[in-house]
Amino acid sequence: MSKAHVYKRDHVNTDEIIPARYLNTDDVAELAAHCMEDLDTEFMAKHQAGDVIVCGDDFGCGSSREHAVWAIQGANIGAVIAQSFARIFYRNCINCGFYPIELHGALEKINDGDELKIDYNAGTIDNKTQGTKIEFTPLPDFALEIVNDGGLLDHIKKQK
Amino acid sequence: MSMTITEKVLARAAGKDRVAAGELINAQVDMIMCHDVTTPPAISMLKEKGIDKVFDPEKIVVTPDHFQPAKDIKSAELHKRLDTWAKEKKLPYYYKIGRAGVCHALLPEQGHIRPGEVIVGGDSHTCTYGAFGAFSTGIGSTDLAAAIATGVLWFKVPASMKFVLNGSLNKGVYSKDVVLEVIRRIGTDGALYKAMEFVGPALKEMSMAARMTITNMAIEAGGKNGVIGFDETTQAYLDGRLKGKTDYTVFESDADAVYVHEDTIDCLALEPMVAFPNLPSNGKPISECAGEAMDQCYIGSCTNGRIEDLRIAAGIIKGKEVAIRTIIVPTTPKIWKQAIDEGLAEIFYDAGCVVSAPTCGACLGGFMGILAAGEKCVSTTNRNFVGRMGSPKSGVYLASPATAAASAIEGKLADPRKYL
Repeated sequence: MSKAHVYKRDHVNTDEIIPARYLNTDDVAELAAHCMEDLDTEFMAKHQAGDVIVCGDDFGCGSSREHAVWAIQGANIGAVIAQSFARIFYRNCINCGFYPIELHGALEKINDGDELKIDYNAGTIDNKTQGTKIEFTPLPDFALEIVNDGGLLDHIKKQK
Repeated sequence: MSMTITEKVLARAAGKDRVAAGELINAQVDMIMCHDVTTPPAISMLKEKGIDKVFDPEKIVVTPDHFQPAKDIKSAELHKRLDTWAKEKKLPYYYKIGRAGVCHALLPEQGHIRPGEVIVGGDSHTCTYGAFGAFSTGIGSTDLAAAIATGVLWFKVPASMKFVLNGSLNKGVYSKDVVLEVIRRIGTDGALYKAMEFVGPALKEMSMAARMTITNMAIEAGGKNGVIGFDETTQAYLDGRLKGKTDYTVFESDADAVYVHEDTIDCLALEPMVAFPNLPSNGKPISECAGEAMDQCYIGSCTNGRIEDLRIAAGIIKGKEVAIRTIIVPTTPKIWKQAIDEGLAEIFYDAGCVVSAPTCGACLGGFMGILAAGEKCVSTTNRNFVGRMGSPKSGVYLASPATAAASAIEGKLADPRKYL
């Protein structure tokens, strides 16, 4: 079970997810320590491993820094659910083997603190708190294959 | 069947007669841009996965820029990793410090950008190179690693949007004002996943530098790429400049190519624009916002730190004193030298500005001009997200070099037209 941390915001950008002042390293643990810092300074203290971030439109816009995905993965975030994703961030997630969950109307369907159970194969989210079952937009097959292989480089290695 | 420039470039790179928006393709990459923040992790990944190779050293350009000269020990380590790799792989186009510059100013200046090619870079503003009729887009470190090792990347062919820039620019109004108006209209995700193609008579009068300011900011509307067709201005810029391969293919959009959105901007009706914190889409005409007090002025970056930009700023600042701290960042060593040779550096010195070495520096909150809490900076850069140039409690106001320079003199947002 994962707890939802809902930010009723559009355009949460990669500068907020991992500020550039920390880009002088690619050490995942160091990056994770500052995950979401400029959006919510309390985030790292309050979330548990496996918890889920829920946002509005255009999540991950801005810089191409994959450090944003590494920070989220390093902080043991279970998933990011957004109404839509910015292109480079979305692609970086797939390349890192991290399934970005696109869910139209996410901010109406999930409240802060809701307990969620995600079924990636079925493409559904069980909102245990509200007693609802929500369908999300599944990843296209080719992207799912990359995610299931653990990311783009492992996918390329497997193909050779 | 008709196609846009973007579709034609991608079709060529995929070895197909045609492609359509939404189609998934594997494209051959013609040029890869590598800098100091996103490339060292890519190098480490390749080593870790045991696929540590370079598909074609001639197709890779390396320049440290974000934190160069090294701002601290950790960034020095990043530079060291980049340097070791570039030397080990014997990359012919490695711009070491002294020749290194802000990537999106340096690569065109040094003749690495050709029309009709597929160009990728580990930086979101790689869309800049679309000003040359190329398909150019930003990628993350894993894509960068894959491109370096294999020379191939998958792409979904983007649908195209067309922006017709009609009329011409009034005195004091620049291409930065045009692109801020475009982003104001469609929002920061108005072009999500799409190609932004710019056409129209106003473009014809613009230099390559001015055009690059427009395509540079395609990402600020969520665009996958920005693109401008080839013409005599493009050719004049490229002639005698290209390094390595000097031939290229020019693609034009067909008259009946499909666009999912068309918008017309009457450039004659535009005023100087300022985008308020914290989104590039928060543009306001200067007549509605002049007088807002500033603490700093920053003139530089891959958007507006070329010699043309410094000339415009110096023209306004000449003989005056700046009222706020003003930081001028020529984006390449060549531009830095030109600024000295042309007497611009002296004008900036006399006015009380500081002129730095080429670096991305404070544009992304790295160093060389970081803002304290509560401070406001009028900046010729491309992003004004929360904390972009320093404290999360500071604010960035995006503007043209002319507006920034006028604002530096007055210490508040100011209309540059009265100084021209």
